[in-house]
Amino acid sequence: MSTKNIEEKQYLLRFKCDTKSHLTVLDHDICMTKCPDKICTIFCPAEVYKWEGTRMQVGYEGCHECGSCRIGCPYQNIKWEYPKGGHGIVFRLA
Amino acid sequence: MPEKFDVIVVGAGPAGTACALTCARNGLNVLLIERGEYPGAKNVMGGVLYRQQLEDLIPEFWKEAPLERPVIEQRFWMMDKESVISFGYKGLEWAVEPYNNFTVLRAKFDQWFAQKAVEAGALLINETVVTECLVENGKVVGVRTDRPDGEVFADVVVLADGVNSLLSKQLGFHKEFRPDEVALTVMEVINLPKDKINDRFNLEDNQGCTIEIFGDSTKGNLGTAFLYTNKESLNIGVGTTLSSMIKAKLKPYELLDYLKNHPMVKPLVAGGESAEYLAHLIPEGGLRSVPKVAGNGVVVVGDAAQLVNAIHREGSNMAMHSGLLAAEAVIEAKKRGDFSETSLNSYREALYNSFIIKDLEKYKDAAHTFEKYPQYFKEYLPMMNRAASKFFTVDGTPKRDKQKEIIKSVTAERGTLRVIQDLYRAWKAVK
Repeated sequence: MSTKNIEEKQYLLRFKCDTKSHLTVLDHDICMTKCPDKICTIFCPAEVYKWEGTRMQVGYEGCHECGSCRIGCPYQNIKWEYPKGGHGIVFRLA
Repeated sequence: MPEKFDVIVVGAGPAGTACALTCARNGLNVLLIERGEYPGAKNVMGGVLYRQQLEDLIPEFWKEAPLERPVIEQRFWMMDKESVISFGYKGLEWAVEPYNNFTVLRAKFDQWFAQKAVEAGALLINETVVTECLVENGKVVGVRTDRPDGEVFADVVVLADGVNSLLSKQLGFHKEFRPDEVALTVMEVINLPKDKINDRFNLEDNQGCTIEIFGDSTKGNLGTAFLYTNKESLNIGVGTTLSSMIKAKLKPYELLDYLKNHPMVKPLVAGGESAEYLAHLIPEGGLRSVPKVAGNGVVVVGDAAQLVNAIHREGSNMAMHSGLLAAEAVIEAKKRGDFSETSLNSYREALYNSFIIKDLEKYKDAAHTFEKYPQYFKEYLPMMNRAASKFFTVDGTPKRDKQKEIIKSVTAERGTLRVIQDLYRAWKAVK
């Protein structure tokens, strides 16, 4: 079957998760007070970012390491590094 | 491991591997560092690889490389909600050697390509992140990796670390990219039996078709979608500039599902089995976003140098060619024993005299024009679809009257003067 939503898409992937996040929201207050759209929760292609009322939950385990959140955050509020060597997403096909 | 190499290449994608391969063949001591589990594990592309630049490195590579199908037909769709204007070119000269381009699956292809560099003598180290360039007295002298005692030294460091190129940013070669300089693209690989692909796309075995889709595929936003045939799967994807994605508040995966369910697309992918979902940024800022590409002891190649021609979907071929040009400059620098910026600027010169920068120069205003003036994708494509429908529907209206009606409806919507301005501006952006 062809996937119908992001959960099914993410389920197709292989990840070798690090124990430590390679993505860090620097200041959750900025998300709360300055960023009504919380746009990273919309454009992130893996739905890594979820707003939980007072803080940004970062599901780094499903990250594609594309870099969009670092560039797209209107407040440069995301510290973005690569996962440790050999960790993170493992594309098997394309 | 010797402490010091002639060359350290960061990133085993098309650019880095091409550079490592050429340096190794010329007797240089090369370390190729890849952060993925294997080359290709982090790399994504829609799937079209042009032949010429790889053939320059590996003659008749198609006889051994893991390729999918040679592309013999390229279609372009200007799509509205329930219609499409289609044009394209199919030629059997592309079905025989030496071919023009191929669809490829990168995880397999990149491993094969990197193996070629290894066979030529390069040392490939996977699962290793380069965290920074080591700089001494204004010269890059090596890299720090995330391995224990992870400092390695070289005369030249080649940055082939991809679109995000944190390393060239660290060196101050470019600032952080703006959201309108990158395109966020998502795709799926959808398995489909070979016979179905051949029937649906009017192909024989070992013949491929590509479709580039503009208009409603991105809901009128600046970007494109694509549908490419592999041997027994399809690559279907869609992307827009990150700025458009943000402005329109689009979820990229929902845009992909919208595309898969579009009535013009759905029958082509029906019954397929999703095998992988991938997201990646494409550097689409064009010439104005190309950073400094040579410094003291360092050069920048491929996506890291923003070498992508989005209009012609060329990137991996430019990456390979830039890797080759960088290698030639490094080899010459080694002969001179001079790895200063002045010496390595021979790479910059070669790059700017090649088709790569010439093509980026040709289209330097295209992305900016279409981003600034959204009417091309948002208004003209639907307008053209309506015009085609009207013109080809036989209802007793004389053709000349239909023509008049179409022109009148276009100028009524946009205004005669604005139509002329729009046409002139679009022509100027791609001439």
